[in-house]
Amino acid sequence: MDGIVQLERQLVDYTASLFHEGFLDDQFNQLQQLQDESNPDFVVEVVTLFFEDADRLLNELTKALGQPSIDFKRLDAHVHQLKGSSSSIGAQRIHRVCISFRNTCEEQNVEGCLKNLQQVKHEYSLVKSKLETLFRMEQQILAAGGSVSR
Amino acid sequence: MAASSSSNWVMESGDVPHVLAVDDNLIDRKLVEKLLRNSSCKVTTAENGPRALELLGLTSGGQNNMNGRSKVNMIITDYCMPGMTGYELLKKIKESSVMKEVPVVIMSSENIPTRINKCLEEGAQMFILKPLKQSDVRKLTCQLMN
Repeated sequence: MDGIVQLERQLVDYTASLFHEGFLDDQFNQLQQLQDESNPDFVVEVVTLFFEDADRLLNELTKALGQPSIDFKRLDAHVHQLKGSSSSIGAQRIHRVCISFRNTCEEQNVEGCLKNLQQVKHEYSLVKSKLETLFRMEQQILAAGGSVSR
Repeated sequence: MAASSSSNWVMESGDVPHVLAVDDNLIDRKLVEKLLRNSSCKVTTAENGPRALELLGLTSGGQNNMNGRSKVNMIITDYCMPGMTGYELLKKIKESSVMKEVPVVIMSSENIPTRINKCLEEGAQMFILKPLKQSDVRKLTCQLMN
């Protein structure tokens, strides 16, 4: 029994740290509150969709910035998508970099765009790894018969 | 955060509202669908304006997948979509004699007053800022059910 309490405590602390460090914002809470018996895996499903979509978009962005003649409109369209979906799941840091990224697209600033792309990839890999850890912790608790409080 | 114009939203009592949600972003579609379902709505989603018009039976081909206006009680659409914007979709709906009474709600991640006013002037019921929250959707569906 003690083991589960420990795990549950760790999860609470870990989640709090993600908010504290700005990886997640209140929109993530919104997602968690949407999870219910009819949709017990809602958060994991939406976040997984986000990961797949982000992978695709980051590939497109890398390709677009590698072209001899850069199509900034196309670049901006991809960043807009990533900005939107990161905001919708509460991935605050990614969202913020995307705002800056849209500005460099508008300015047709190649250096700025390259820096933003690097930054967004960095933030993405961080939050992805943290959310995967979070989900793993939840699974451990549920498997041990504990509960994951919302 | 949300601006609205007043109106009577017609719905037969006891019916579950049927909402058509239009958004080119997959994550946003999934989110709006869940938010609406949590507010006891039946939801159909479309990923762009032309598809939405098709579902509403407003394409020139006359195809009618949802059997006319009585089946859709509200349309909620993203503003920024490639091809046909939410604003252009709104205009097409308001131009239709069959669908013009159906409330259309516009969503956008950008808080641009001229954009908001343009949509309200064209007959949008409400303009909501993204990301969407449960309280936003509750507000909408409460009005629909009264």
